[in-house]
Amino acid sequence: MSDPQTSGPAATPAGPETTTHGDETHHWWRLIAIWVVLCAIGDPLFYFLAGPHIPPGTMTNTAQGAQFDFNVLFVIALPVLLGVWIYMIYVFVMWRASRGGPEPVGGPDARGHLGIQVGWIVTTSVIVLFLAGFGTYELVQPGGAGGGEGSNPIWTPTSKTVLPIQVIGQQWKFTYRYPTFGGFETNELVIPDNTTIQFNVTSLDVIHSFWAYQLGVKADANPDYNNVAYTTPQQLGTFIVRCSELCGIWHGAMYNSGAVVTPQQFEAWAKLTAIRLRQNTKLLPAYALTYTPDANGADGGYYPDNVDKYSGVEQYGASQPKGGG
Amino acid sequence: MAIDTSVSQFEFPGEEDTGTPQRSIPAWRRSGWLRPHILWAMAGAVVAYLIGHWLGNVIASGYTQVQGSGQNDVAIVLGLSFGVVGWMTGIGALNYPLAKILGYELSPAPPETSWVRYFRLTDDHKVVGWQYAVGVLLFLFTGGFLAMMIRTQLLSPTGHTFGPGTYIEIVSEHGTIMMMMASSAVIGPLGNWLIPLMIGSRRMAYPRVEAFSFWIFMSGYLVIVSALFFGGFPTGWTGYAPLQTQASGGMDAYLVGFFAIGIGMILAGFNLAATIINYRAPGMSWGRVPIFVWGVLATTALLTLATPTLLVACLAGILDRTAETAFFVNEHGGSSFLWQNLFWFFGHPEVYIMALPGFGIVMEILPVFTRKPLFAYKVAAAGMLGVALLSFFVWQHHIFQSGINPDMRPLFMLTTELISIPTGFLFLVTLGTLWKAKIRFDTPMLFCLGMLFNFLIGGVTGVFLSDVPVNVTVHGSFFVLAHFHYTIMGGLIFAMFAGFYYWFPKITGKTLNRKLSKWHFWTFFIFFNGTFFPLFLVGLLGQPRRVFMYAPNLQTLNDISSISAYCLGASFFFFIINFVWSIYLNPHPAPSNPWNSLGLEWQTPTPVPWFNFEHIPVILNDPYHYGEPDAAPVADLGLTLAAVGAPAGSVDHQDLGTGVEGDGDPRPPIL
Amino acid sequence: MVVSGRSGNGGLTMASSAWKVTVTVIVFAVMAVGAVILVINLLGSPPTVNFTADNSGQVNVTLQAVGSYGSGDHPTWVSYLVKSSDGQWVHTTVFQVPQHVRINVTIYNYDSGSPLRNQQIGQVSGTNGNVALLNGKAFRVINSNNGNGVGHTFSIPSIGLNVPLYGNNGNANLCAAAPCTFSSPHQIEKFSFTSPGSGSYRWQCFVPCGLGYLFGNGGPMSTLGYMGGFMQVEA
Repeated sequence: MSDPQTSGPAATPAGPETTTHGDETHHWWRLIAIWVVLCAIGDPLFYFLAGPHIPPGTMTNTAQGAQFDFNVLFVIALPVLLGVWIYMIYVFVMWRASRGGPEPVGGPDARGHLGIQVGWIVTTSVIVLFLAGFGTYELVQPGGAGGGEGSNPIWTPTSKTVLPIQVIGQQWKFTYRYPTFGGFETNELVIPDNTTIQFNVTSLDVIHSFWAYQLGVKADANPDYNNVAYTTPQQLGTFIVRCSELCGIWHGAMYNSGAVVTPQQFEAWAKLTAIRLRQNTKLLPAYALTYTPDANGADGGYYPDNVDKYSGVEQYGASQPKGGG
Repeated sequence: MAIDTSVSQFEFPGEEDTGTPQRSIPAWRRSGWLRPHILWAMAGAVVAYLIGHWLGNVIASGYTQVQGSGQNDVAIVLGLSFGVVGWMTGIGALNYPLAKILGYELSPAPPETSWVRYFRLTDDHKVVGWQYAVGVLLFLFTGGFLAMMIRTQLLSPTGHTFGPGTYIEIVSEHGTIMMMMASSAVIGPLGNWLIPLMIGSRRMAYPRVEAFSFWIFMSGYLVIVSALFFGGFPTGWTGYAPLQTQASGGMDAYLVGFFAIGIGMILAGFNLAATIINYRAPGMSWGRVPIFVWGVLATTALLTLATPTLLVACLAGILDRTAETAFFVNEHGGSSFLWQNLFWFFGHPEVYIMALPGFGIVMEILPVFTRKPLFAYKVAAAGMLGVALLSFFVWQHHIFQSGINPDMRPLFMLTTELISIPTGFLFLVTLGTLWKAKIRFDTPMLFCLGMLFNFLIGGVTGVFLSDVPVNVTVHGSFFVLAHFHYTIMGGLIFAMFAGFYYWFPKITGKTLNRKLSKWHFWTFFIFFNGTFFPLFLVGLLGQPRRVFMYAPNLQTLNDISSISAYCLGASFFFFIINFVWSIYLNPHPAPSNPWNSLGLEWQTPTPVPWFNFEHIPVILNDPYHYGEPDAAPVADLGLTLAAVGAPAGSVDHQDLGTGVEGDGDPRPPIL
Repeated sequence: MVVSGRSGNGGLTMASSAWKVTVTVIVFAVMAVGAVILVINLLGSPPTVNFTADNSGQVNVTLQAVGSYGSGDHPTWVSYLVKSSDGQWVHTTVFQVPQHVRINVTIYNYDSGSPLRNQQIGQVSGTNGNVALLNGKAFRVINSNNGNGVGHTFSIPSIGLNVPLYGNNGNANLCAAAPCTFSSPHQIEKFSFTSPGSGSYRWQCFVPCGLGYLFGNGGPMSTLGYMGGFMQVEA
């Protein structure tokens, strides 16, 4: 195919065909100027005004890390969004058909421009690789960024003392066991300030997800599996725990509140609760990182029971037959 | 010698005149009512369902779990599976294979020209495209209606329009119906209708396979809607085990339905890939292939390679629910992680199956309304192939917090970030095409621009989600929901409507009302953003997905979303009314090429004859040479036989002339 | 080849136009009716039983738990029933009480029991005095490993209320059709608590008692009107 710009009599109108270099850059400078101004206003406006209030807040180090990450991402995303939007509005205004104006010119310049293509690819790659690296750093630094790391976490906090709290998800509530206080199990989640907490999250039935919103912690609760997440609170206050993995009919109602209190208050609460619940705690199974509910009754009789219907081989050592309850 | 170009020369494969005297067509094959059609399919489905259900009762009534729960999953699974087979038998999909297996030749059916052929198994790809269009719209409106119910429930933080169990059923049904629809939303109607026309072919590579894929797609609709009659399913469209194993009977409908849809997807992908690779007209080198065709080709790779994983997962789920295996149950040696990984290994390419055709449409339509060539065509094609390839390497970003091996998290964060590079090429190409153009804001163009606006937001929020620390906050919340509605609905569905409005005059020969079209676009665009933008904030503020109640302080945002959602639903009436009015009630004929497009499909007369092209065209140029008045035309449509006989891919300009050689066989080479 | 058998020139006769409009209207009407039927079907939910305060300003609520309902859609499912103020047993789990009054709850358990998957729910909490009465005798904890075990619980998690229900002997001739009467083996539990401020409070049984469902939490546990419901508190 011959190059239409060099073949035959110039069929294209004069003027736009002889687009000068200055004419092109004139548009570019305008676009860049508008873009720079809007970003210079928008980014600091966001970062300093909205940034400190971005969820999930600063109640823990992981929450603060997530907030910081979000702010950095937004500061980078806003120029991208603004760039595309400014360009599109400019193009619509300048080159809409109803405005009149020269016919567009085809040819190799319209079909591609090595500089722009390479520039685009390089810029997007740089941004994206930076974000991947930044994200990895932010993941590793605070000890897993509050996300569930599975049973063998590799990014563990540097603190020497860690308070383990087990989160047990079941259909349809969360309960919490405190192994260092005798293993009592309670519906309330109270944690001490300035202490690294190790959440050991597991489930007794289907997959749930322990999402402590203001703590910046989210870890799926899987049956027969321990999922570990770390955080260190740095502010006092209350927080909400919601299940964030669809687990059945009452998933939307599966939430409770929790509190970050001073270490002294926490000790007092833990001791008091241990005493209050001691009668039942004796009956609970020994603390373990996972619990396998025995087939008899606890799985609804779904799988055939390998043991005799009236056998005593059960998790809790009963001698009762399997009933309708 | 004059070339006989009369239509009777053209025969579809399988109907060759073998030289023996024409046998008389038996009476039963002449009768329109007795030949297979949709009513037979329905009858077949019902009868087969009853047989399957009965068989299931015979097998499993005595099982402990069945007696205890009062629910016989074996009966439901067998009933539904037999029902799908019965449906396909009734529509006649098994006639040709069975005849061939038994050694018979099916005598040709009389040619059908009436509207009835839209209700049959047909090997005309344009009819299949129409059928898909109706099917896709049926899915869309059913799912959309369910969405209205969801937003009604969420008007009040603690109100209970629907009970919590019913609400979860509605949410799951909505999600599943929409995802089933979206995987074929563009490939089905537009891919089928347009691909042979765009590549200069008279037919698909495997017309019967294509028809089969449509009818099994429709059987999937019936199966998934039947879930509501079995008590629905509570898992959302993601179907996580072991909740899946615990669920009531509707779950079986989900598993069987996805299985059926999956088969249709694999077959459609396979057929389209074979067609695009082998049936391009002579002269259509890869550098001249329309960009929409590139998009479809990239999608077919995902359709054929990713969907089998879904089939395997569904099969394992069915076995867990019926045969008491334990693939997904930890306590008995399985793993709850297995379903997640199998599903998302399919699930992530699945969302690119939805996104890539949308990219293809927008890049195809944009040059027509900017009157400029497509910018960076090669980058566009490479980008779509790159997205397709990379989409297999990112699936664990859906399960970052689930307790996967922690090493995997930075790895998948990296691959997910990397996939945004080829995805961004969409913007490079479209923004470059808009530069110094002459932009006509007709409705198809408006939808393309709307798609770009929405997909930008959707794509950027995807980058937020791929960052693991931010993911800790937003995973499983309404932020994710808003993200994928922006990319799938804001991206694909907008592109689908762009395609519908753009190709409507060619497909139907009628014109759509301009005012109604513009009203549709603006209400759709404004209320779409009004519905889903607040949901980003709702998610950031802590509302998980799929909840029937939420924190009271989020009521205002939810209400804005719900009211916009009602308006969004109402906006579809502009489209429906426009569509029905323009085709059916008050049609006005359309010119043959109202948008002045260079595309090959527009060089055909309107309505497009069933054989597409009088002669197989020879392709001389790509369809984007706007603003290049000296460029060669896209194709030479009336040409000599020497060029026609040439195999696809060769360029045979030298024989253009008046010489008539060759054996006079006008049919495209059949490989 | 033309798409349809319409008359060739695109003009429409009066008759065919009316026919088309009719067909269009009928199709839309059928779809609308289908949609309405669907919605009404989905909207159906168990009835609400209203309770009002008696002369002493307290509200008395009576429930029963049965081992298998015996009739209706799901005869094999366990279920709760609520006794309305005129003494009828209603198959529902949704009831309404006034706010900030003392609620006296009586539950007749007609079902058997078993060891608990999670013994934590064997502890009474959230009631007045953190005790409940079993056949007249006060208790704080039921050891589900002993005796008949725990059959069900009555729990309202958002106000911290949890009361385990002691089971009947599984070998006895248990009631298998609701509503059950005292002629069948039963356990009577009573407890009191103060109703919170107005709102909708979900309650459920926490014992996985959905027979034949994996983990015991499908079926009746996942259906409103059987093993979970709402306590609506009105202002």
